[in-house]
Amino acid sequence: MNASPEPGQRSTWPLWEVFVRSRSGLAHQHVGSLHAVDAEMAIANARDVYTRRGEGASLWVVPATSIVASDPDDKESFFGLDEEFRHPSHYVVPDGVVGI
Amino acid sequence: MGDHAVDALLRVGDSCLVLAQRLTAWCGHAPALEEDIALANVALDILGQARGLLTRAGEIEGAGRDEDALAYLRDAPDYRNLLLVEQPNGDYGTTMLRQLLFDAWAVELWPALVFSTDPVVAGIAGKAAKEAAYHVRHSASWVVRLGDGTEESHQRMLAALDMLWPYAGEAFLDDEVDVAAAESGLMPLPSSLLPAYRHRVESVLAEATLPVPPDPWWQRGGRQGSHGEHLTYLLAEMQVVHRAHPDATW
Amino acid sequence: MYTQGLDQAEPLGDEDLSRLSERFEAKVAAEDKVEPTDWMPDAYRTLLVRQIAQHAHSEIVGMLPEGNWLSRAPSLRRKGILLAKVQDEAGHGLYLYCAAETLGISRDEMVEQLLAGTAKYSSIFNYPTLTWADCGAIGWLVDGAAIMNQVPLCRCSYGPYARAMVRICREESFHQRQGFEIMTVLSQGTPEQKAMAQDALDRWWWPSLMMFGPPDAQSTHNDRSMRWKVKRFTNDELRQKFVDMTVPQAHFLGLTVPDPDLSYNGEHWVFGEPDWSEFKRVLSGDGPCNRERLAARNKAHDDGAWVREAAVAHAEKKRSRERVA
Repeated sequence: MNASPEPGQRSTWPLWEVFVRSRSGLAHQHVGSLHAVDAEMAIANARDVYTRRGEGASLWVVPATSIVASDPDDKESFFGLDEEFRHPSHYVVPDGVVGI
Repeated sequence: MGDHAVDALLRVGDSCLVLAQRLTAWCGHAPALEEDIALANVALDILGQARGLLTRAGEIEGAGRDEDALAYLRDAPDYRNLLLVEQPNGDYGTTMLRQLLFDAWAVELWPALVFSTDPVVAGIAGKAAKEAAYHVRHSASWVVRLGDGTEESHQRMLAALDMLWPYAGEAFLDDEVDVAAAESGLMPLPSSLLPAYRHRVESVLAEATLPVPPDPWWQRGGRQGSHGEHLTYLLAEMQVVHRAHPDATW
Repeated sequence: MYTQGLDQAEPLGDEDLSRLSERFEAKVAAEDKVEPTDWMPDAYRTLLVRQIAQHAHSEIVGMLPEGNWLSRAPSLRRKGILLAKVQDEAGHGLYLYCAAETLGISRDEMVEQLLAGTAKYSSIFNYPTLTWADCGAIGWLVDGAAIMNQVPLCRCSYGPYARAMVRICREESFHQRQGFEIMTVLSQGTPEQKAMAQDALDRWWWPSLMMFGPPDAQSTHNDRSMRWKVKRFTNDELRQKFVDMTVPQAHFLGLTVPDPDLSYNGEHWVFGEPDWSEFKRVLSGDGPCNRERLAARNKAHDDGAWVREAAVAHAEKKRSRERVA
C-alpha cells in the first residue's frame, strides 16, 4: 500500500474544465467545470452534467491544472494593440468600385 | 397476440419500473454530486422504457388500462418483474452491481427487440438500446472502480456479489410465455441472450478483480408473480397517493 | 481553471492598492465583468464566496423536500418530471460550487461548512413537504421566487457567477411551470385535491415571501452588494414583484392567498408583514426540518466516503499501471 494521504484529501476529486461542441460545425465552447477522478469519469460526468438537454455533439474535458492563462496584469501589453490598418474598415474603397 | 404478449411485455416493463423506483431513492443522496446527476439520468431513461412498455401492454390487453392503471393499481402478485430489481439498494456498490447485472441483460435485450414484430415495441427498443449502451458503461465502470479500489471497497463488492449473484440468472430461464412470445416474433427467447450476458458480466468482474461465483440455484419466480418480501413495501409506497384518490387525475 | 491566478505573489503597497481598487470600482461601475484572475477587493471576494456558496447549498438541500415525493408521485409522468427537476437542482448546485471555486475556495471546504452547520442555505427548505400538492406549491412559489431572485443575477458583475446563472435560469424555466401545472390539475380536481392545493398554498405562501430576505431596512448586505452589482434590486422590490405576479395566478387557480391584508391599490398588491421572528428562527436553526435536512446531507456524505475514496484509489492504480506499461 502507498502511504495514505489524510482522510479528507483522499476523497478529493480533481477539477476538470468542460467544453461542448453544441452542433456539428461549431467550435467547442467552455461551459463549466466538474470533479472527476480520471478522464473517463470526467467525460461521462460532462455528458451527464452539461448535456442533459441535448446541448452537445462533442465534448472535451481538460484537467483544470493544465490550463495556462494569460496574466491579467499583462492585459494592456498583451491586448492593447491598436493597429487599425488590420481591419477592412480602415480603407477607403472608391465609389463605383465593386467586388473589393 | 394475446395474454402471452401482455405478460411478456410486463416482464420487461415491470422490471424497468421497479428498478427506476429503486434508483430514484438515491436522488439527493448519492456519494458525489456528479454521480447524483448521472444516476438520475439512468433512472429517467429506465422509467421512460417502463412507461413505453406498460402503455403498449395495456393497449394489447385491450381492457382500457393505461400505464398508470398498470403501475398503480396492481398488487405484487400481478407484477412480473425480475427478483433482481426488487432487491434493496444497499450501499452504492450494491446498487451499482445490481445495475450492472440488469444493464448487461438490457443491453442484449433491447437491440434484439428492435426486430420485434410489434412495431411499437421495436420503436421503444430503438431508443432504449442506445440508452442501455450508456448505462452499462456507467455501471461497469463503477463495478470496476469499486472492485479494484480500496480494500474496503473490494470487501463491500464481494459482499454485494454474494447477495445479488443468485438473482442474476432469472432473466434467462424460459417458460411457456417466453416460448409463445418468441414464436410470435414479439421477443427473443430469454435463454438466447445468456452467452453474451455471461461473457460481458464475467469480463467486467475480472477487470474488477472480483471472482465469478459458481452458478448457484438461480432464484426465480418474479416473472411469474412470486416475489420476495421487499416488493410489497416498494409498491405500497409508490402507490399510496394514487390509490388514496381513486377517481383523481394528476 | 482559474486558481493559479489566485496566488497573490507579494503583498501590495497602499498606493498600489488604492490604484487597483479605483480601477476595480470603475470597471464594475461601467458594467464590465470581473473575471477570476482580475484583481478584486477581499471584501468582494468574501461577499461572493458567501453568496454563491449559500446559493449552491440551497440547491443541494433543496433537493430533499421534493426528493421526498419521488417515490410517491401519483403518476409515472409526474414521477419523471419531478426526477428531472430535482436532478436539475443537483446540476445547479454543481454549477454554483464550480463558480465559487474560481474564487479560490474548494468544493470540499464549502461542503464541510454546510455539513458542520456553519454555512447558511435558504430557510425555505427547512419546511416539511406534507402532501403531493407541496411539490406543486414548491415549483410554483419557491421556484417562482427563486427565478425572480436569479434573473437579475445573470447580469451580476462576477463573470463565472453570471454565466452559471444564465444556464440555471434557462434550465429552471420548466420548474415553475411544472409546479403550476400540478396546482392547476389539483385545483380543478376532486374536492380533496383542491383542499390539498389550498393547504399547500397556505403553508408555502409566507415562507416564499421570506425567501427574498429581510426587509430592506434590516438588511445588512444590501448597499455594498448593490454598488458592486452583485445585486440589482432590493429585497423589498423583488418581494413586491413576486406578489404582483403571483396573486393573479392564485386567483386563476381559484385559491385563496392566506393574507387577510391583501388588497390591490390600482398598481400593486399590498400585502401583510411576514412573521420575521419565524424567519430568523428558521434561519438560525430552529425550523421544523433543519436537523433532518443536515442529517440527510451528512449521511449521504459519510455513506459515500468509501465510494469517493475507492474511485480515487482506482484511478491512481490505473495511472501507475499505465506508467509501468
